[in-house]
This record gives sequence, structure tokens and C-alpha cells, in this order.
Amino acid sequence: MSAPLLEAEEVSVTFDVPRAGAWPWTPPDRLQAVKAASITLEPGKTLGLVGESGSGKSTLARAIVGTVPVSSGRVLWRGQDWAAASPRQRRAHGRHVQMVFQDPLAALNPRMNVGQVVAEPLVTHFPEMPRSEVRKKVGAMMERVGLLPSLVNRYPHEFSGGQCQRIGIARALITEPDLVICDEPVSALDVSVQAQVVNLLQSLQRDMGLALMFIAHDVSVVRHISHRIAVMYLGRIVETAEASELVENPCHPYTRALIASVPIPSPKAERARHRPVLQGELPSPLAPPSGCIFRTRCPIARDTCAQAVPEFNDIGGQHYVACPYLPGSS
Amino acid sequence: MALLEVADLRVSFDTPDGTVHAVNGMTLSLDAGQSLAIVGESGSGKTQLAFAILGLLAKNGQATGSVHFDGQEILNLPEPKLNKVRANEIAMIFQDPMTSLNPYLRVGDQMAEVLMLHQGTSKRKALDESAKMLDAVRIPDARSRLRMYPHEFSGGMRQRIMAAMALLCRPKLLIADEPTTALDVTVQNQIMELIADIQRDFDTALILITHDLAIVAGACQRTLVMYGGQVMEMGTTDDVFEAPSHPYTLGLLNAVPRLDIPQEALQTIPGDPPDLTRLSPGCPFSPRCAFADGPCRETMPPLEGFGQGRLRACHADRETVT
Amino acid sequence: MIATKSVADELAAAAPIKGRSLWADARARFFRNKAAVAGLIALVCVMLFALIGPFISPWNNEDIDWNVLGNVAEAGRPSLETGHWFGTDALGRDLFARTVQGTQISLMVGIVGALISVIVGTLYGAVAGYFGGRIDAIMMRTVDVLMSIPYMFVLILLLVVFGRSMLMLFIGIGLVSWLDMARIARGQTLSLRSKEYVEAAIATGVRPFTIILRHIVPNLLGVVIVYATLLVPSMIIYESFISFLGLGVQEPLTSWGALINAGAAEMNKSTLWMLAWPLFFFVITLFGFFFVGDGLRDALDPKDR
Repeated sequence: MSAPLLEAEEVSVTFDVPRAGAWPWTPPDRLQAVKAASITLEPGKTLGLVGESGSGKSTLARAIVGTVPVSSGRVLWRGQDWAAASPRQRRAHGRHVQMVFQDPLAALNPRMNVGQVVAEPLVTHFPEMPRSEVRKKVGAMMERVGLLPSLVNRYPHEFSGGQCQRIGIARALITEPDLVICDEPVSALDVSVQAQVVNLLQSLQRDMGLALMFIAHDVSVVRHISHRIAVMYLGRIVETAEASELVENPCHPYTRALIASVPIPSPKAERARHRPVLQGELPSPLAPPSGCIFRTRCPIARDTCAQAVPEFNDIGGQHYVACPYLPGSS
Repeated sequence: MALLEVADLRVSFDTPDGTVHAVNGMTLSLDAGQSLAIVGESGSGKTQLAFAILGLLAKNGQATGSVHFDGQEILNLPEPKLNKVRANEIAMIFQDPMTSLNPYLRVGDQMAEVLMLHQGTSKRKALDESAKMLDAVRIPDARSRLRMYPHEFSGGMRQRIMAAMALLCRPKLLIADEPTTALDVTVQNQIMELIADIQRDFDTALILITHDLAIVAGACQRTLVMYGGQVMEMGTTDDVFEAPSHPYTLGLLNAVPRLDIPQEALQTIPGDPPDLTRLSPGCPFSPRCAFADGPCRETMPPLEGFGQGRLRACHADRETVT
Repeated sequence: MIATKSVADELAAAAPIKGRSLWADARARFFRNKAAVAGLIALVCVMLFALIGPFISPWNNEDIDWNVLGNVAEAGRPSLETGHWFGTDALGRDLFARTVQGTQISLMVGIVGALISVIVGTLYGAVAGYFGGRIDAIMMRTVDVLMSIPYMFVLILLLVVFGRSMLMLFIGIGLVSWLDMARIARGQTLSLRSKEYVEAAIATGVRPFTIILRHIVPNLLGVVIVYATLLVPSMIIYESFISFLGLGVQEPLTSWGALINAGAAEMNKSTLWMLAWPLFFFVITLFGFFFVGDGLRDALDPKDR
């Protein structure tokens, strides 16, 4: 096993939420968006991050990129902590970590043509690169993501959603980063286009040795593209495991409910399944439940769950679960 | 006799960039109490089809053809008559419940208004009925929830309220347009289950419009696949999923990753959804179709029946499409 | 398959395809709007009048025509023979030359005021909105304080204390004109800042001021331009008001406000042309700017259509 590319150790992110009708000097409410999340990313591998809206998965990604401040914990890049880096160092770091966003059109500045959009990271990190070389690289990258290089003078609104996402990917890859964080990159796309983008990401990963962090609410897509999967609920990671292990042998009651909820495009398979419906609503992140955060909706919750936060245990084969009551045990 | 019969429905919009042909000769029928899924991607015209049926097209839209509902032609009916049909016979659930709920009015008042307006019930009775309906869509503590405002509910709860509102007048047909797209998977599961229960308990016919093949599999008896404003194929859900007869359906099914079966690489449909301002005379799917040849680009294949009540519109032989 | 391949090759071989930028789109929409184009033509005519006028006028704006003096109501009326095309004012000075000169001043006041507001206001608002937090709070409270001062009073005070001069007028107008713009720009920036392309730039490591200039300001410009075209007439009105009070530009220079004031004073002496000509240009220009502003708003914000 090679040295990890990125490690997040007990990363927490809190946001200040101004209290309604308060004086400017009253201390704001604190919203814990991510609580003590630890993840490890190997070079060239894909980590999937699954969770529903409000689970903090996007916030965790932004804390890793550095666009959201980490309130405690460390983010180690090749062993170096850069949550503590200066703004200048962090900007320079942008070369190695790039992002792909959910809404393909909103991620592109409507006033810039595609060539300018794709070239921006290159111009930022290599200001002395001659223009002709920038143009050449942009053209090559456009071709690599499946767009005609002659379209560089077009503007984002002249492209379809799938093409815009390809442009976003080209921009992310132009500086040859080691890690690309994809925040719901396919959930705004049509099914038939979704597969194109997933395949493109996979082939780019093979060719360039990229590590990917793939954030999505769609477990099927995440399972397809990821080597490892982490499941988040209300700001905490509740389970991580190898992709196939997690899907075939989910251990946390939330993961089980989540996987059981995923519809399968086959009427026969659907009829054969038992689909327990997860009851209740997501608690407010301003006042999370004590102890285990899932206990308010958990089908197997007991009194002890309210008292202590369950530990994150390895149950064998790098399969970590934050629940002491595993299926099969009593 | 069928409850809803749509024949050769065409919808077009005049825009500054040209005429957008959203629906191009749709034909379908639905019996009372039946459920039909309409599957299509963005630009397939599935939502405009529903709007045309309900007479909700935007001002620059025109619809031609015929929509027969319960023995009455309702396409392009004058507004007052249409209102009666819309309220009492056909109800619709939208993708984003927040856009169809007034944020400044209590949920109870909004629900009661529907009954007071369309059936002339008294306010007290209307509120009672509303509470009953919220109970039916499994909103706990329905009585006191009537006094809450829409923003005080979560996304899933709002969708339940929309369903309750739609059911108030006991419609014969319920049209659900992407009812779960804005919701999380676990909530989606709850809502789909609710819609199935509603259909059983109230014996309404259901049209479920969605882009998501997966939720159709467990939800509807029949499935219709749309592309470029036309029917690509139709049949029982089991048949369509087990033995797709159209290259587009086949492509869609292969493009969806499946949780229960690991796949090496996803098969893709090359290209992008069609440009509805410039439709070719041929099959709208032909530019992206692996089976397409000469005639596909020149003439639209007719919708032909085969097997047990199945329909398909494709020039290619049924045996070759696998 | 083969057909698409050859088309692709053709496209690739051809020169890079010219894109249709949002600006080009907006321009096309603007020129489809007849009222806006009429307004634009009117404005161009007024500007040409201000620029070319001095060269074709037979009279100077300062010189008094002694033939007319004393009998303005008869001899000073507009005529082609005397060369007083617009007539003369009460002192026998050529009204054509004076209107040309007044147009220059009024347009300059309007345009300089709008320019200051666009440059200062946009940058100020964009910086406040982009950085947010404490910086935003301090910057915007400053704007609030400046706004709460009755500026017309301050302007009059400035002109009285430091004497009436063009410079003072520009300083006075410049001091107040950017405040509204700063608020508008800040509000827009707040919503732009949460856009994903801004986030992408931050994640890439683009420097904050580069982000403001490259990603925020170009996307603000639509709103800013619309507001600026509506600001020009209001600046002209302020100046006219001050000149009407007799505190504006100094004789022998003049402006629309001063001319209208002078014309209004002579109204009952059957010399209506003294009021009519400056008023005509004043009204035409204001309408022109309003129509152009309206057209720009529709063109730049297609959602409103």
C-alpha cells in the first residue's frame, strides 16, 4: 500500500448562524456541518462520499479543498498539514487539487469563452507560460474530454449540459492535478449523458493516475465508480468500506436503510426485494441528537444509544462502522 | 372505454429563437384505475404533454390534436369549463412543491380553499376534510399541522401536502410530474410508497412522469418511453424492462448503473438530447442510434403494435435490437 | 457514424468557430427594440448637436447682438436671416450657441457623474460584497452614513463656501452619485459570490482581486450599465435644479437648467422660444436615456421577457 495522498483527521467544520432578531453582538448559533470526519485517499483511487442533503458531504469536500475553513482537525496532503497553510501557499496548492461541480452551466462564467474558462487554472499557476503553449494545451485537453478544439471561442450557454460538464472537467484537469473532487458531477445530467461523464472520469483516472473524490447522493453511481465508499449522516461518517463490501454487507442501520431505498431498474428485482421505509425526518443540525446521531430514526435504537457517541470500529477488512450493534449479533 | 385518450397531440412554442416542437404526435390511452409511467429525458416533451392535457401551457404554446377525458374533449377547452375538469377530475403533483404552495398562507387555508371553491363546502367542513386528507397521506398530528405555513415543512412533507391537496376532490386521474426528483432517496422511497397506496385506496388512475427508470420499475403497470416529443415504445413495465424493443430504451437501461449487479463500464448513448427547434423529418433518435440507417433519417417510423399490447416506433427489426 | 465523422473533421479543419457571447446576444436584442433604438438615435443627435454646433453657429455664445438688445421680443425671435436660428436670450446673446454650450455642460455633468458612480460604486460594492464579514459591515455602514447626509444641502453649501465652479459641481455630484451604485453592486455580488464558477476560481487559487475583476465585475456590468443609463438623466436633473437655483455653472457659461431658468423668467414677455429650445433638448435627452435604459434592461436580462 502506497503512502496516502490525502488524509483528513478528525476534521470538523462549524458555521456561525446569526440568530434571528438578535443584536449584532449576541454570539451566533453554531451549526456543526461536519463533525470529526476522517478519511484517507490513496493516489489513483476513488473515494465515494454518499449521503443525503444536509449530511455535510459537500462541506467536507470544501474543507479539504480549503474554500471552507476547518475549525478543528488536520488535512494532510502527502503528510503535510495544509489546513494551517498561508493563503498564498493554499492558492499555490490549487494546482494539485481541483473541483468539478454539480450544475454544469453555473460552474462556468457566462462572460468568458470556453478557451478562457479552461485556460484559467493554467494562466493562474503558470503566468509565464507563452500564449501559444496555453492554446495548445487547452486544445489538447478539449480533445481529451471529447470536445472539438475549434469550439474554444464559443460561450458556455451555447453548449448542452453534458458538454458543459466536459468543459468543467477539462478546466479541472488542465494543471494535471493529483486529486479531483467531484461534487455531484452527474446528478444534474440526463441518464444517457450521465454514463458518458462517468466513463470519461474513469478513463481520465486510468490515463492520468488521478485520485477522485466522488460525492453523490446516488448510491448506484458511487458504487460504480468508487474503490472505497464513506457514508455520511448529519455531519458524521457512519461507515466506510470497500465499495462492493459496503453495498453487499452494509452494517450501519443508516447505510442499510439507504441501500434498501435505492430503486433498481428491474421490475422483477424490485418485487423480490424487501424495502423497509426509513421513517422520520432529518433532525436539525443546530440541535443534533445526543449520543448516536442516527438514534432518532434508527430501527434498532436502544437506551444506551442516547448516552455515548458510538466508536468507529474496524470490523475486519478495513470496514469501519460507527455502530456497536452489528447485524447478526443480538 | 378508456378514461384518457390522447390522439396525435402536438405542442409547439413560438420563441424568438424559432418554433420549439415539444410534443410531436403523441398517442396514448389510459383506463380508469390504471397506472402509466412516462419516461423521458430533458427535452423529451414529457412535462409539456402533461401541461397540454391539463391546459396549462404557457401563453406562447399551441396544442393541436385531441385529448379525450371521460367522454369529453378537453383540449383547448375554454378556461371556466377546464377549471371544473382540472379541479374535480384531474389533479397534478409537481416536482417542486414550494412553487405551487403560497408561502404566505396557512396550509389548512390553502387546502380548504380548494374544496370551498370547487365544491362549495363550508369552511369548517373543508378544514375537517383537509385534516382527514393529511392523515391519509400519513402526516402525523394533522389537525395542528393545518395551522402551519409551507416553509415549516420539510421537502418530503411538502410533497405529501401536495398529494393531499391533489386528492381533496377525489380526482379520477392523478398526474405526478417528477414527484421525487428534488428529494433524497430515503424520502423518495416514502413518497413512491405513498403514491402507490393512494392509487390503491382512492382507485385513481396515475400518470407518473419521470426521467428515472429505476423508480418506474416498482411503481407502474405500464411504461411509455418518450424521445423528441414522440412515443418510442410502450408496453407493460415488465415487458419494457425485460425485453426492450427500441434502441433508445435499450440504451437507457444499459446506461444506468445498477446497485445489485457490478458492471465493468457503463454503455453510453453518444451525443446530446435533440434540439427541438430543428427536428429532422426522420426518427428523432436516429442521430444517436447505433441501429440507424438511411430510412431512419428520412421518415418517422410508424407506431406498430406487437406482442401483448405493446407498441414500438422503429425501422430496425425487433430481433436485431438487443 | 461515417457522416458525423466527416462533419467533425470538417469542423476541426475550419478556422475556430466564432462564439456568440452574451454581449452579442444582448446587442441583437437591443436593436430589435424599436423604442430603445429611437432613444439611442435621439441621444446621438443631441450629442452631435453639442459637438458640431460650435463650428456651424454664426454667433458666439458670449457675444451680445446689439441690434437685438432692447427689442428682443421682436428682433430676437428665431430666424434664418439674422443667423439667430433659435432666437436670442433676454440680453441679445445667440440662443443657438448658448443651447449648444449648455448641452455640452449638462451632458458632461450627467456622464461624469454616471462614470464616477460606475467606477467607484461598482468596485466599492464588489469588494464589500466579495470579502463580506467585517470588511463588508464597515464599508456598507460608511455608505449608510454618507447617504443619511442631505446631499443637496451639502452640495449647495460646497458651492457657496468654495465658490461656484465646474470642479466643485463635479466633486459634489461625484460624492453622492456612487452610493446607490455601491449598494446595488454589493447586493449583486453577494449572489454572484455563491455561484459555482466563483468557487471554482477560489478552489483553483486565483487571487481575490483577480476574481473580482475577472468573474464578479463582468457579471455585474449588465445591472450597472442599466442603472448608469438611468443615472445620467437624474444627474442632469440635479444639475439643472442647482442651476435653476442660481448656484450652478457661472456666466457666461450655461447649462440646460440655467437656460430654462432664464427662459422661464421671461415667459410673460412673449419670448417663449427662450424656454422652449432648452426644454426641448432637455426632455428629448431624458426620454432618450430612459428608453435606452429600458431597452438595455430588457436586452441584458432576458429573464424578464
